[in-house]
Amino acid sequence: MAIVETRRITKLFDEVRAVDGIDIIAREGEFLVLLGPSGCGKTTLMRMIAGLERPTSGDIVIDGNIVNDLPPRARNVAMVFQSYALYPHLTVEKNISFPLRAVGMPKDEIRKKVAWATQMFGIQRFVDRKPRQLSGGERQRVALARAVVREPVVFLLDEPLSNLDAKLRNSARDELKQFQRSLGTTTIYVTHDQAEAMGLGDRIAILNQGRVRQIGTPHEIYGYPADIFAATFIGSPPMNLIEDGKTWIGFRPEAFLPKEIESNGDNVDFAFRITRIEYLGADRLVYGLIDGRTPETRLISKIPTNIRTHIDAGRVYDFIVRRQDIARFDREGGRRVDGGAA
Amino acid sequence: MTPEFARARRIASKAAHTAVLIFFVTFLAFPFYWMVITAFKTNQDLYDTQNNPYLFNSPPTLRHLSVLFEDTQYLQWLLNTGFVGVVVVIITLLLAVPAGYALARMTGAWAQTLGVAIFLTYLVPPTILFIPFSRIIATLGLQDSVWSLILVYPSFTVPFCTWLLMGFFKAIPRDLEDAAMIDGLSRFGAFIKVVMPISVAGMLTAVIFAFTLVTQEFVYGVTFITASSSYTVSVGVPTFLVRGDVYFWGSMMAACLIASVPIAIIYNFFVTRFVAGFTMGAIK
Amino acid sequence: MTSAITGTAGKIRGKDRLLSRFADNDRWLWRAMLAPAILYIGLLVGFPFLLSLYYSMSSVTVASQDVHFVGLENFRRIVESGTFWLSLQNTIVITVVSQFFVLVFANILATALVVDFRGRWLVRLLILLPWVAPISLGSIGWLWIFDSIYSVINWTARAVGLLGPNEWPIWLGQPTLARASIIIVNVWRILPLATVIVLAGLSSIPQDIHDAAEVDGAGFWRHHFQITTPLILPITLVALLFGIIFTFTDLIVVFVLTRGGPYDTTQVIASWAYFTGIQGGDLAGGAAISLFLFPVLAGVAILFLWLARHTEVT
Repeated sequence: MAIVETRRITKLFDEVRAVDGIDIIAREGEFLVLLGPSGCGKTTLMRMIAGLERPTSGDIVIDGNIVNDLPPRARNVAMVFQSYALYPHLTVEKNISFPLRAVGMPKDEIRKKVAWATQMFGIQRFVDRKPRQLSGGERQRVALARAVVREPVVFLLDEPLSNLDAKLRNSARDELKQFQRSLGTTTIYVTHDQAEAMGLGDRIAILNQGRVRQIGTPHEIYGYPADIFAATFIGSPPMNLIEDGKTWIGFRPEAFLPKEIESNGDNVDFAFRITRIEYLGADRLVYGLIDGRTPETRLISKIPTNIRTHIDAGRVYDFIVRRQDIARFDREGGRRVDGGAA
Repeated sequence: MTPEFARARRIASKAAHTAVLIFFVTFLAFPFYWMVITAFKTNQDLYDTQNNPYLFNSPPTLRHLSVLFEDTQYLQWLLNTGFVGVVVVIITLLLAVPAGYALARMTGAWAQTLGVAIFLTYLVPPTILFIPFSRIIATLGLQDSVWSLILVYPSFTVPFCTWLLMGFFKAIPRDLEDAAMIDGLSRFGAFIKVVMPISVAGMLTAVIFAFTLVTQEFVYGVTFITASSSYTVSVGVPTFLVRGDVYFWGSMMAACLIASVPIAIIYNFFVTRFVAGFTMGAIK
Repeated sequence: MTSAITGTAGKIRGKDRLLSRFADNDRWLWRAMLAPAILYIGLLVGFPFLLSLYYSMSSVTVASQDVHFVGLENFRRIVESGTFWLSLQNTIVITVVSQFFVLVFANILATALVVDFRGRWLVRLLILLPWVAPISLGSIGWLWIFDSIYSVINWTARAVGLLGPNEWPIWLGQPTLARASIIIVNVWRILPLATVIVLAGLSSIPQDIHDAAEVDGAGFWRHHFQITTPLILPITLVALLFGIIFTFTDLIVVFVLTRGGPYDTTQVIASWAYFTGIQGGDLAGGAAISLFLFPVLAGVAILFLWLARHTEVT
């Protein structure tokens, strides 16, 4: 277990600032998620922590030691790649034992460790197979086993679930979090999927264009987004935004409900003309416009199905948002301006 | 591992990298550098064993070049080589382009096997076939004529180019031809009107390689042709530029240089595609 | 190809008939497109090869009008000749030694070329020169470099003190040195091809695999021999097979450098076949000698076919 720190870490590729002065700390035993769209620098940042990329400036600190000059193998980190990067010509057993053989561990110790790792992920019966004979989910477990077997101080996971079938992803996510909890190793996890980030992270760092926009727990990120980017990147469907003078007013779809549901309290009223309703099983997504407002302002409301208020497309209804659920963002810089209350 | 040690290792590996490159570039390119130096040195300079051979001890001269072009049939040989090259390339394209396309589009496992088999005929060396060929050429009355070469050279350019073109055509998605056929073209029409225009790069590669194979060939040339005016460069220079025991080194080196470097530069641009063909798509 | 539409039963009857003629059309089209090439190759490779077999068992000479069958007489003659065995030995030694060096060097050079660096394009151009230049002309360059009086190698070696006052190697005049020279030139001309092939193999390894090995703690040698080398084994084999074919069957380097001398001590099979058959007029003997190239050719061809079936690591 170790604390991983980056201090004003910057990476330039020719003129492009892929990573632009990032300071973050991954605390001991924490599951920290680096979340952002493609090109935001999250993978570059992780590769610098691993030692696969040299920072242009700034420091990487692992357990109090500046490791900038150390190659990956001297940092005692383990990495799981998006493609799993299993050695195609080696059996599962040889794949998993490779890092142990690389440091010259005695043979019976290797055997014990490999048995422990394969058991943890339930892949004992595959040990003599080659990667191409395994399914995607099985390969992912082999990659995890290979990472775990060295008992490193940091796990670096680069979108390890994105190549799995959608159905498999949820159960894999659950298993991943559980195994991290049981091992207690500091983990840094890169993804572009905000649902994955919310589900897995102890804390989430939202990145865009090489900078950290916000870092906090899922609760903090969702409820108190620090800027427009965080507000619209997290949450599906994204936050509703209305222009109001020099600011944006924002509120989440699930906070935007028919008046009859929540008529007491401090609310803002809207006349909502419904254009379309999507029935998704657990929720209804109601698409519409603010009635009579120009320019046309589209809004989405998310109503759980067990709220059976009758709604028809084409009609106007009274919808409200609780004042405490409204956030304001500056239209110039996108930063949140209303004290972040509620 | 300490940071200092890691830094030292990085520097050492960079040094090793540079050393490797210097060694091999020297080994491989030195003879050509040597050709350049020799081609422009005066004979007194060349044949004086006291001189430092790396330097121009007398000023450089164009004499060897003028000897080469005026006193020998080198120019004729260049023209012969060019002529043979062009005609052979045309024949090769006429045969290999349709064959390569057919092999690329045929379904069935044996299409691939047939392709490999055709490629393997490229590996049958001239040194196995040149003896019977000498007699065939004599019987046909083609000895001492460049037409003997034009007849025989496609026997190795066609297999190689068929294989190369098969690889190129395979990489073109069938969708394009399917769309063309739905639009009314026959399959052959789709081939001519849709596939060939976008395969220009591939065919150009085949042209370059066929041409280089022609310029490099020696065995058939030295077997079929003894009349000096019909030589190609590859054969003429080693056999004819030696009068008795006297080697005209300056002119010979100039001759080698002129026939090697320009084509190497052009070849360089096509190398990646060439290797893809050579390795039978073992590399995707 | 057209199965998607023919699969739809019932509705598209008219098109069905048209398309089934299409399918037949295709079959004939392929045959028509393949035929010229296959015919040409068959006539110009297959026929002479059969003729070579026939000649080797006949009494044909350059001048002969009347040719008759002599069975294995020519082969017996050859096998009893000392020069033949020397040629065979030379051919094998030259091939094995040169290809060994090519293999090692190509690996080293390709590894140095796989990372990008400034001027890599120029390096690649320069190292290709030996392969692209006509073999005879490149060999002439070496002829001058190995010259008995003006060899730049000797001059340089003496200048840096490697050669004493009485030492002056005659590269092409002494049998062992001459063989070494032939090996050097063969390495020189095959190395570019092998390097470029191995380089293609190296480039095809996904970067992820190298990163994983780095993170897993593999040092340079372990990384190279346990990860990289096994993954490029098929392609390396391809390069090796090409090198073997080109060197084993070559006559040009020997012809230009030594003409097989001194006194036939550097003959190889191909050159001996030339001197016997074409210069000596004994076509039958020449054909018989050249047929000894065939077993290696066949072996390599079989290995190629085997490789083409079995390459799939990922």
